[in-house]
Amino acid sequence: MPQPKVLILRAPGTNCDAETSFAFQTAGGKPDVLHLNRLLESPRLAADYQILCLPGGFSYGDDVAAGRIFANQIRHHLNDVMQEFRVAGKLILGICNGFQILIKSGLLDADDSEGPSASLAWNDSHCFIDRWVHLQAVEGNCVFLAGIQRLILPIAHAEGKFVARDETVLDQLEDAGQLVLRYTADDNPNGSLRNVAGMCDRSGRVFGLMPHPERFVDPTQHPQWTRLPEIAEGAGLRVFRNAVGYFS
Amino acid sequence: MLWEIDVHPRRDNSGQDALDREAADVAAVAAELGIVDDLSIRSARGFLVEGPALGNDQVDRLAAELFADALVEQTVAAPIGDQRLLQPPQPTDQGATLVQVLLKPGVMDPVAQSAEAAASDFGLSIDAVRTLRKYWIAGASEQQLQEISSRILSNDAIEQIVVGPLPFDRLQLGCEYQFELKTVPLSGLDDEGLRRLSREGQLYLQFAEMQTIQRYFAELQREPTDVELETIAQTWSEHCSHKTLAGRIAYRDQQGERQFENMLKETIFAATQTLRTRWGEDDWCVSVFRDNAGVVRFDDKHNLAFKVETHNHPSALEPYGGANTGIGGVIRDTIGTGMGAKPICNTDVFCFAPPDTASHSLPPGVLNPKQVMRGVVAGVRDYGNRMGIPTVNGAVYFDERYLGNPLVYCGNVGLIPRDKSFKEPQPGDLIVSVGGRTGRDGIHGATFSSAELTSESESLSGGAVQIGNAIEEKKVLDVLLAIRDRGLYTAITDCGAGGFSSAVGEMGENIGAEVWLDRAPVKYEGLSYTEIWISEAQERMVISVPEASWDEVHQLCAAESVEATIIGRFVPTGRLVLKYRDQVVADLTMDLLHKGRPPVIREATYLPAPPQALVLLPQEDYTNDLSAILGSYNVASKQWIIRQYDHEVQGGSVIKPLVGAQMDGPGDAAVVRPVLDSRRGVVIACGMNPHYGQFDTYHMAASAIDEAIRNCVAVGGDPSRVAILDNFCWGDCEKSETLGSLVRAALACHDLSLVLETPFISGKDSLNNEFSYLDDNGEKQTIAIPATLLISAMGQIDDVSHCVTMDLKAAGNLLYLVGVTKDELGGSHYALIHSQAGGSVPTVDAAGAKQTFVSLHGAIKQGLVASCHDLSEGGLAVAAAEMAFAGGFGAQLDLSLLSVADDSLSTAARLFSESNTRFLCEVAPDQAEAFEKQLAGIPVARIGQTDAHARLVIQESPDGRTLIDADIAELKQAWQQPLNW
Repeated sequence: MPQPKVLILRAPGTNCDAETSFAFQTAGGKPDVLHLNRLLESPRLAADYQILCLPGGFSYGDDVAAGRIFANQIRHHLNDVMQEFRVAGKLILGICNGFQILIKSGLLDADDSEGPSASLAWNDSHCFIDRWVHLQAVEGNCVFLAGIQRLILPIAHAEGKFVARDETVLDQLEDAGQLVLRYTADDNPNGSLRNVAGMCDRSGRVFGLMPHPERFVDPTQHPQWTRLPEIAEGAGLRVFRNAVGYFS
Repeated sequence: MLWEIDVHPRRDNSGQDALDREAADVAAVAAELGIVDDLSIRSARGFLVEGPALGNDQVDRLAAELFADALVEQTVAAPIGDQRLLQPPQPTDQGATLVQVLLKPGVMDPVAQSAEAAASDFGLSIDAVRTLRKYWIAGASEQQLQEISSRILSNDAIEQIVVGPLPFDRLQLGCEYQFELKTVPLSGLDDEGLRRLSREGQLYLQFAEMQTIQRYFAELQREPTDVELETIAQTWSEHCSHKTLAGRIAYRDQQGERQFENMLKETIFAATQTLRTRWGEDDWCVSVFRDNAGVVRFDDKHNLAFKVETHNHPSALEPYGGANTGIGGVIRDTIGTGMGAKPICNTDVFCFAPPDTASHSLPPGVLNPKQVMRGVVAGVRDYGNRMGIPTVNGAVYFDERYLGNPLVYCGNVGLIPRDKSFKEPQPGDLIVSVGGRTGRDGIHGATFSSAELTSESESLSGGAVQIGNAIEEKKVLDVLLAIRDRGLYTAITDCGAGGFSSAVGEMGENIGAEVWLDRAPVKYEGLSYTEIWISEAQERMVISVPEASWDEVHQLCAAESVEATIIGRFVPTGRLVLKYRDQVVADLTMDLLHKGRPPVIREATYLPAPPQALVLLPQEDYTNDLSAILGSYNVASKQWIIRQYDHEVQGGSVIKPLVGAQMDGPGDAAVVRPVLDSRRGVVIACGMNPHYGQFDTYHMAASAIDEAIRNCVAVGGDPSRVAILDNFCWGDCEKSETLGSLVRAALACHDLSLVLETPFISGKDSLNNEFSYLDDNGEKQTIAIPATLLISAMGQIDDVSHCVTMDLKAAGNLLYLVGVTKDELGGSHYALIHSQAGGSVPTVDAAGAKQTFVSLHGAIKQGLVASCHDLSEGGLAVAAAEMAFAGGFGAQLDLSLLSVADDSLSTAARLFSESNTRFLCEVAPDQAEAFEKQLAGIPVARIGQTDAHARLVIQESPDGRTLIDADIAELKQAWQQPLNW
């Protein structure tokens, strides 16, 4: 199989598209960055790609709520395309704002008869925060986390607190193996329920996470690299390698 | 029909509230300001939605699917006027007063703009959306309610308060404009009449300038139109023309007199010019003091653009909006440099009054400094983060004299292809406005910023205060870079102060321009031609587009939902002609605008402050002094601010603002790698020392330059590739001593730049930073800021893997102090915590500094240095403490081993002197020989070692007296606690 093609979708206010593209490229993928308007005009464009990525940023300013307006555009105009993409066994990744969009657009299998059952709300601190966090992956079928147990990555968000309608919903999502990425118990930066930092759909092929793996691709991105033994590459790159490797 | 959708924090059936964080924040501030403790308050966000056929079902759907998240929020949706909208959220709140806060009509409301588009995407016909905030407050007196409303909930400069129901049932904005050409009678005015016109018309021109204008129109035998007068006032404003510093100055100091024809040109610019000539083929400056930002060489493909601006006056009136548009404006400066640079990082430096200033002691018209600080930080955060530009560097200084006049410096670095670094609009090109629409925002910003602030400023110039819309600017940036790379325009500039007037006037200076004002897209009806011309509405750029490229430009913009509009043409007439619906409303020569201003002639005097001894009693133990300096606001950790900024977006972060074992130590400078497949880095740092200015602004400036460069060197930056910027914020320069102190600082900039071979590449000044008010006795009081010079440094590093940080790395390493310690406690933080004046202010031995920087850089590049920290506020003791607690290791130092200028140097000076050009370096024992060899000829002394005991112990031989012995965790606590909000 040739290099998988990666569609990196940017909307007004998306701002992590360049470094996310670089991460996919470094991992061996073939990324294109495309404005959301192009996909709205020609939804069929998506069919050319194996991986779809919604990068970080402030789509539409995060006005009203983070990711909401972009998510509604998916619900209103791109739902069929997205479902076809999933059914075809392809991969979807949402990072930070991309995760907020995925969860609010219903692509993470978190909607039920009463509507969305999980969401991302304001941090407990009521404030934007940029810092590095320790993460733990839960063993399961998430393609992006294959072979990863522990990880350190930066977060940079104001609305990253994972919330669910109630305990039953949390249990269901947990039992279905969807709550695949957690902050370590002593390093939960935003008050997320069950320390959830990222979740996937039931197939494990659609994954959203608040931390930024594309910000730990180069060893010198680590906040303590001047005091740690040298490493060959940033640990976040593994997430992109997993995605690209899935098609080879 | 007008509907309102209120979004409340979700409450469950038991009556238990979900977290109402907005209300909690307001209650906390009310207590902090001493208005009322334990305020009973609830909050909601509201959206007013107007559409011709909106019904219940549609509004409910919008509430559920757009405006609220049912998992954490609940809604009340009803037609305006419905009682349900007024009901307090809980039955128990009966009797609470409803206070509603709305943006004043015409103030930028980005959320409303986005919501309008998003609601339309539901297939609904929507006319307008407005946002509001609602508060139900119980148990507060009338007086308390009034104070809470005006001081916490709203800012009168941009917002209005409605108590009870909203007094309108439709969202109409503006009304049709009836064209009428206005002229201003000038010919008959006497001297007093000219002065009054300048003041009352908010032109803020000097008398001689008004006379020149009067003569110009007398020769034409006509009266000026209002827009002609506005155009001249704006072009000649201090803000746009820098007439004082670039003007004639007769300077006198103890050495005699010196006449400047153009002070900046003969000092700071001249030094750069000399360096460029000296470097010849190795000149790495590209474009200096001519474009919106200074440009220097970076690598084979790219140059770097760097600019720092101030936004002081707007931030004093509305901290959030002022800082918001300050950062937005400086980002447009680099986008508008050459053919357009891509912004890669921000730096922000603020000066405030101490945040614990008592509210009741504030003069009228002054906001509480803590609120100013919160607002400014939030303004920078929300714009920088949304633009996706990492804010990597900054500093905050506190002094009581910034009370009425805080300083907000915003800086931006841009990366630009080498072949896109220059621009030249061509005759015949179309003048195209790209981005936001024009409204009444920021009218008179340019002339206002050149005036003195008073307690009346808010009511006089409220229009000069604005809110930014970062996403509009991000859209403009994205599309303009694409258009740039296709070579579709010949020049670009930003709409900053003065709006179109300034942008078009500058671009067309050497050609001439005709502008069709009625074509400019407006936010609402009713704008006059003058308002369109001088509006400072944000997020607008102007490009000059050859006619053949217009279609493609237009298509590219439309494809990314960015508005691009032809508003005129550059025509080779040497005139600026403005038309409104084909009628000429202004016709001026470019010569008058750009060369016709009568020279400003100023007197400047400098009298040295009489020397004064610093009286300090020797002490047995200095541990408490060290803690006090670490806990002083200037030195204390700025983590609360730093963590709110995204400092890692764009993926190039190498050295972050906070470093070390717990990622909380104060890094000296930030390093970013702007080209992701390259190892080359950009280093950003700054230097500033307002407290030295009282002694001598020459040494203040020299110290700031030294500090900015040594911060770059401390992280591994190459001292031969540091470019610097000057930003002068001064008081009223019509006072000869005030201007004298500025000239003296500029002379230092010239001298240091030449010897250090560090070029100034751009700069900016903000004068008249004084605040006046009437005191209780009705007497005019004026607070002038201290002379404040910010030096911003942009360094480079060949390979970022050579970078070092300031945190101690291991036990058993050696500590070397590089540089000479002198008796220089004047203006130091040691003197400040003891409230003592006098002493000698730090000076710079520039030739020695250059050698030290080069040698130390060599050592760092060879990997001989494990950690390195510059010595600044608080001197050696503070630097050692910071290195220890950042790294989590202890250290032992012996003060008798220092390289000193005089062996009798006091213990206090050895600990806390702020002598320049000093670094504390950690070196592994097996590298010691190589390190010492590399630094041969430089004053350097091995003064101690690191250990695993987690204590900082400082002794002084020969008697071995222990002067400081402290647990590093306690020192860190003292340093972190004051601003840990």
